[in-house]
Amino acid sequence: MDFELTDEQKDIQKAAREFAEKTFPEVAEESDLNETFPKALWKKACDFGFVGVFIEEAYGGPGLGFLEHAIITEEFLRVDAGCGTVLATTLGSEFIHFFGREEQKKKYLPLLPKGEAIMGMAITEPDAGSDVASVSTVARKAEDHYVINGSKIFITNGSIADYLVVLCVTNEQEKDRSKRHSPILIETNREGFEANKLKRKLGMRASDTAEVNFSEVKVPLENLVGEVEGDGFYQLMTVFNHTRVAVAISGVGIAQGGLEKAIQYSKQRRQFGSPLSSFQGIQFKLAEMASLIEAARVLCYRAAWLVDQGKIDPKLISMAKWFGGEVAVKVIDEVVQIHGGYGYLGEYGIERLYRDAKLVEIVEGTKEIEKVIIARELLGR
Amino acid sequence: MDFELTNRQKQIRTAAREFAEGEFPPIARECDRKEEFPRELWKKACELGFIGLFIKKEYGGLGLGFLEFAMVMEEFWRVDPGCGNILLTTFGSELIQTYCTEEQKKKYLPPLTSGKAIMGTAITEPDAGSDILSILTRAKIEGDHYVINGSKQFITNGSIANYLAVFCLTHPEADSRLKRFGVILVETDRPGFSASKIVGKMGIRASDTAEIRFSDVKVPRENLIGPKEGDGFYHIMQLSNSNRMIAAAQGVGVAQGALEKAIQYVKKRKQFGQPLANFQAIQFKIAEMATWVEAARSLTYKAGWMIDHGKVDPKIISIAKYIAGEVGVKVANDGLQLHGGYGYIADYDMERFYRDAKIVEIYEGTKEIEKNTIARELLGRV
Repeated sequence: MDFELTDEQKDIQKAAREFAEKTFPEVAEESDLNETFPKALWKKACDFGFVGVFIEEAYGGPGLGFLEHAIITEEFLRVDAGCGTVLATTLGSEFIHFFGREEQKKKYLPLLPKGEAIMGMAITEPDAGSDVASVSTVARKAEDHYVINGSKIFITNGSIADYLVVLCVTNEQEKDRSKRHSPILIETNREGFEANKLKRKLGMRASDTAEVNFSEVKVPLENLVGEVEGDGFYQLMTVFNHTRVAVAISGVGIAQGGLEKAIQYSKQRRQFGSPLSSFQGIQFKLAEMASLIEAARVLCYRAAWLVDQGKIDPKLISMAKWFGGEVAVKVIDEVVQIHGGYGYLGEYGIERLYRDAKLVEIVEGTKEIEKVIIARELLGR
Repeated sequence: MDFELTNRQKQIRTAAREFAEGEFPPIARECDRKEEFPRELWKKACELGFIGLFIKKEYGGLGLGFLEFAMVMEEFWRVDPGCGNILLTTFGSELIQTYCTEEQKKKYLPPLTSGKAIMGTAITEPDAGSDILSILTRAKIEGDHYVINGSKQFITNGSIANYLAVFCLTHPEADSRLKRFGVILVETDRPGFSASKIVGKMGIRASDTAEIRFSDVKVPRENLIGPKEGDGFYHIMQLSNSNRMIAAAQGVGVAQGALEKAIQYVKKRKQFGQPLANFQAIQFKIAEMATWVEAARSLTYKAGWMIDHGKVDPKIISIAKYIAGEVGVKVANDGLQLHGGYGYIADYDMERFYRDAKIVEIYEGTKEIEKNTIARELLGRV
């Protein structure tokens, strides 16, 4: 066993922290208010090499692991959750990374860490959320093309992406529901593609979310990710096992940022003649918050480390994800509480944390779905 | 980073599990009912090398780390917490190993691992629990002896120990409150020593707990632990660091045991025409229990690993102890709940786990004291 980060990982952590502390605060509030994706910030993060660190060197990335990606995610989200989602511009690249053909890897991956393209993955539909196998966007074969029809909702980067991996039904006749789907790469400038940005999200408003529609969108057959149709559901499960780790650690980052703000505030704010931090009621709150964060962090790091060792443990990943989300929501609730009225006002940035944190319990598998997975691993089907 | 156990550690864990599963169940209920320390079991565990495995080889141990000790503790507690506390028969030997002279080490350590002696550490007093600086047991220096007077409460192994490390007031005149104490080794056969076993504990009833008294007990000055007078408080703090981590492992173990019992039960028990395991409310409960156990375990291993690597971190240790204690209680409670009425009666062992788990939130520093420690690390002294 070894619970320490390597020197290289510590350097990455420090660099990510410094970058976020220096660049996020000036755009965080405005990105939230205007619901705009911080494009310049994303470019800068690419220039510094923070985006897509798990992409192999052969395809333009530094070839680091998902643990390193998690470390950067934690540090970014610690400063601002919305701005931190500049890291989500590689979302869906995991499909290409794991299952894509060589030409696809060469074509689609190198643009992402360079800041020349943004991607996303389009899974959820208006009537297919947790129940992924009921996705009904259909890709019909016509000569050397797929023709795609359907609509997707809550798609991260939907209105800013250059290409999306879209989960479509390709094998409609297949009896087994989990063998009907395939991921297909769709460039967003194709005819018949349409995206409507979703406004007034509760939080994470710097992150783009859209509803996307496909109306007779023609894409070449070679845009199928990988070689065979019908594996999409299983491929998605593998992708989730990677992306969920990053979401789990987002919870840790948000909670850690909030805890630090609460500590600072409790030392400054005086009531009844002494700083809040001198009251045992506040001390215990902070101790409990810090304990939950440590517990969530060690689960996330362990899950990420195992992923990088090729020992994917869906149970542990699901544990890290629901726990990381719940810890974020619980801790930030207390952060607002400790800040009192000031926490409730926009200008302190605390209420934004409260809104942002909630997403972790929903995105990339609700916490209920995580528990279903854990229970299945423990109890069998 | 590396979150895998070494092969050696895996072997130790398997051995501990097999030993506990083979030896504990036949006697666990009876030890609980009779409030009896399982002496034969303790001897057997000594023979197999489980007792004091952190003691160096030259003093009869295996020279392993506290992480390995924690793993064995977890495995033992998973099967039965009361029986598992045979591992506490070395409680205080950590101090001997770290601070004592060569002769003392040779004298006091080998009997512990070979099953010839039991020890304990006596800190708490009737009026000094969390506030350990207010202890009153007095060790007066008289020539080449200490003369000890006072009483101690809730002392693990108090009525079965051959010697105890006793936290005494040696220098009440010292300006700093922190420098008034010494830890003194007291053999329990010395005149003036008496112990009354405490009966009626809620749980871990196989573990001996006693009230002890010192009435003009004479001990040679060489029985002081450490070369310097007045360092006792610091010694106890150091002992607490490793022992809190070990207590955390107990919380993990009792929770893991309760979780496994619950899983087994919900798969077998049928209601409304199907196993309980089919109901999503039950599935979610099981998922939550397992997550908490995993979190507590990861924290405990981290704390243990850090101790073994000379990176003692009181914050992480306190976090592990507080979380693991709470997880033990929560998961035992949920486990009992899932057993329904059967959980409430002794036949299913759940009720014993429920009673046993609670101690982890109290001894080796209550969870409130852990939170004080964590808060102090976060805020500085306020």
